[in-house]
Amino acid sequence: MRYNIYIYILVMAGVSYLIRMLPMTLIRKKITNRFIKSFLYYVPYVILSVMTFPAIIEVTKSPVSGAVALAAGIILALFGANLIAVSAACCAVVFVTEMIMF
Amino acid sequence: MNKKVFLSGLRDGVPVGLGYFVVAFSLGITAKASGLSALAAFVASASNLASAGEYAGFTVIRENGSLIEMALMILVANCRYMLMSAALSQRLSPEMRPFHRFTLSYFVTDELFALNIARPGYVNPTYAYGTLLASAPAWAVGTAVGVLAGSILPNRVVSALSVALFGMFIAIIIPPAKKNKVIAGLVVICFALSAGAEYAPFIKNLSSGTRIIILTVVISAAAAVLFPKKDEEEEARNEV
Repeated sequence: MRYNIYIYILVMAGVSYLIRMLPMTLIRKKITNRFIKSFLYYVPYVILSVMTFPAIIEVTKSPVSGAVALAAGIILALFGANLIAVSAACCAVVFVTEMIMF
Repeated sequence: MNKKVFLSGLRDGVPVGLGYFVVAFSLGITAKASGLSALAAFVASASNLASAGEYAGFTVIRENGSLIEMALMILVANCRYMLMSAALSQRLSPEMRPFHRFTLSYFVTDELFALNIARPGYVNPTYAYGTLLASAPAWAVGTAVGVLAGSILPNRVVSALSVALFGMFIAIIIPPAKKNKVIAGLVVICFALSAGAEYAPFIKNLSSGTRIIILTVVISAAAAVLFPKKDEEEEARNEV
């Protein structure tokens, strides 16, 4: 590790807090710039998508089980399953798929 | 302090806490892979309270990234909290003590934001503290347990639990993608470019943290230029 782990954590926590605290304390008016509004609107979906794939097929024992979990998660979410249900189902799908495979 | 309001916050926070525990466990496995001790993982989770942000941060630690890279990574990964905080700022009573603004901002997360914004009227700090108390400790403890138990549990259980975090991400991105074609298209493009970036010359040599930052900024900016979001008033007019 390049720095002490707690230095890393301090930077993480500091930035995480400032990101949440500054808008809450400083913004008293609505943001009007269309580009900034649109950019901020898309960022959450883009970063979560980028982080999910291909990572989900790289963390499991086999890429196949990760891919099946991804498909199952998307289908369940399309049918309106909540956050915890989708998350639990993805885990179950990986477990069962790998039990069949290995 | 209104006891009844506080208790209802506690009650609503319990299912969130249970879910947090499982996802945090999965995050703990990632933390361990990045070399964090159970205590370090506990401190990281208690002080950050952010799934995607912590996951991204642990990636930077694993790759021996610089502190600048870490700060940028957290900024991009937690960008959505900026949006939520901005939204919450419009729902705070002008009479609320300023102290609450500083404490409430600590726990802007997807789930707690959803619980608190769903209540009519101004955000009630007492209710908010109830939801926090029922869920945040589970998040911090879950991460530490993930670090400790990750090595005790059988391989196949660890493999299964390691996708819990991604399941949560999927559950956040898919419902809006179902309603909005632009977001649906973006998800597909993100998957493709993110996979492609692992093989593209030059880009593949960057750390995965830097790749995530670059992809997110470029794709979001392109989407903002090509598909600027309509104003709420404009949308309301179109729906009529």
